[in-house]
Amino acid sequence: MKRYVIVGNGVAASACIEGIRNVDPDGAVTVISAENRPAYCRPLISYYLEGRADPAKIGYRAPDFYEKTGCRVLYGQTAEAIDPAAKTVSLSDGAVLPYDAVCVAAGSSPFVPPFAGLETVREKYSFMTMDDALQLEKATETPKDVLIVGAGLIGLKCAEGLYGRARSITVCDLADRVLSSILDADGAKAVQAHLEQKGLRFLLGDTVDRFDGNTAQMKNGEIVRFDVLVLAVGVRANTALVKNAGGACGRGITVNEKMETSLPDVFAAGDCAEGEDVSFGARRVLALMPNACFQGYTAGVNMAGGEKKLTDAIPMNAIGFFGLHIMTAGTYTGDVYEEKTALGSKKFFTADGVLKGFILIGETQRAGLYTALIRNRTPLEGVDFALIRKTATSAAFSKETRAKMFGEVV
Amino acid sequence: MKRIYVNEEWCLGCHLCEYNCAFANSGMRDMASALKGKPIFPRIHIEGKDAVTYAVSCRHCTDPLCVKSCIAGAIRREDGVVKVDRTRCVGCLTCVLVCPYGALSPGEDGVMQKCELCLTNACGAPACVAGCPNGAIIFEERREAQ
Repeated sequence: MKRYVIVGNGVAASACIEGIRNVDPDGAVTVISAENRPAYCRPLISYYLEGRADPAKIGYRAPDFYEKTGCRVLYGQTAEAIDPAAKTVSLSDGAVLPYDAVCVAAGSSPFVPPFAGLETVREKYSFMTMDDALQLEKATETPKDVLIVGAGLIGLKCAEGLYGRARSITVCDLADRVLSSILDADGAKAVQAHLEQKGLRFLLGDTVDRFDGNTAQMKNGEIVRFDVLVLAVGVRANTALVKNAGGACGRGITVNEKMETSLPDVFAAGDCAEGEDVSFGARRVLALMPNACFQGYTAGVNMAGGEKKLTDAIPMNAIGFFGLHIMTAGTYTGDVYEEKTALGSKKFFTADGVLKGFILIGETQRAGLYTALIRNRTPLEGVDFALIRKTATSAAFSKETRAKMFGEVV
Repeated sequence: MKRIYVNEEWCLGCHLCEYNCAFANSGMRDMASALKGKPIFPRIHIEGKDAVTYAVSCRHCTDPLCVKSCIAGAIRREDGVVKVDRTRCVGCLTCVLVCPYGALSPGEDGVMQKCELCLTNACGAPACVAGCPNGAIIFEERREAQ
């Protein structure tokens, strides 16, 4: 009987279990879970704060998932080291687990730059885990002035989550625009205007010079008073386990299409891994939930001796703030086509005869057609591109393609 | 498993399937009071260009991207039917971002809804198929391409 160890207990780990079980119903699977709870939908923590997600319904899988899949979960434990020669994982409680295949699905950790005076701030939080959300909920039981450092996906989702609870929310970022990892200058401007209309205040192109208790002295001179500080500057992939074992790492753990690391029988998946982004043509950390699922499942199948390759991973995000929906995907390179519609704007990027990326703001209907063009690297030659960039419709494809899409089992 | 297929050569573009779908999922007994004068949010819609029209609804894929991508664990596949748990959905639209068929759209409340083949509403079989005046929407078992 094969022995599998999965380090981590998030989405990639759950999908990894499903991948293993698809091939090997009997092998012994051990999951090492740092958090004391079953896998949950991490992006829902902001919806929880907002009161829009029922804490009883944020489990990623059914409550009997581990039982049904026959997994042993070691809660409150972390993996300390992998010994690829002995094929063992040693745990924080001193136990040593032998493996035939191990998957590192250890996620990422908040990155906190060394701010001067940070130790003088009493109420400071990250926003990555359910425990963070519960602490923030408690810290904002009465209305508070909140300062969020970081106007990225995590910082802004946190702002939305706290909106109904906070007296004021100020968001600062060293970048000169919001959501700088997924939006261009135009898009960021539109989203920022929407958020400002809701009452959020932004200090962009600016950062904290030093903290002193309940105040932040900004580089540009302003002094911001706050009760609660949220640090959402960024995240770093948890690569240490593989790196310390001698495995190749870039910004994340280097993986191939089968989610194999450079170490034999050591796999990696999810936010800690750096796999190929086919829209970019190079490896990137794609820290997004669908990718964690795709990678985790792929790793699981291969760990169990099956054959699966992930050959169409791209960055892609669907995110909304106060009713404004934003979708982005791929890489922003090449020729640019922009469409303004009654609902919002769409921007497309094409190069080498294929769609490379898009930014949709407020106009997101059937966007999956665009995403598929990027993932599949569909030659635009056979697509009525003038039509599809206005309206996402399969009517822009050939009759034969449509016959396959709507006349066959897919 | 029986799925919905469309034949664009027979589609008249009459949009009746959209109305039948909205009515079937309204839970109401009378079509006029269910739909008259209200915006409708059907789970099937007509697309087309020039003289070509056809109906688009969930393909109930064998390996659905929406199920794997849902950030709320709200979409699952049960006996081949892809279903959304509307009590878990937070309306993030990630499923819309990944569905290559453009088959998903939110309901009036911003929560996702999708074709579940009318298996759980009062119809018991797809209302769009039953109501199509020209047989352009078909509910049958076809073999998986090898």
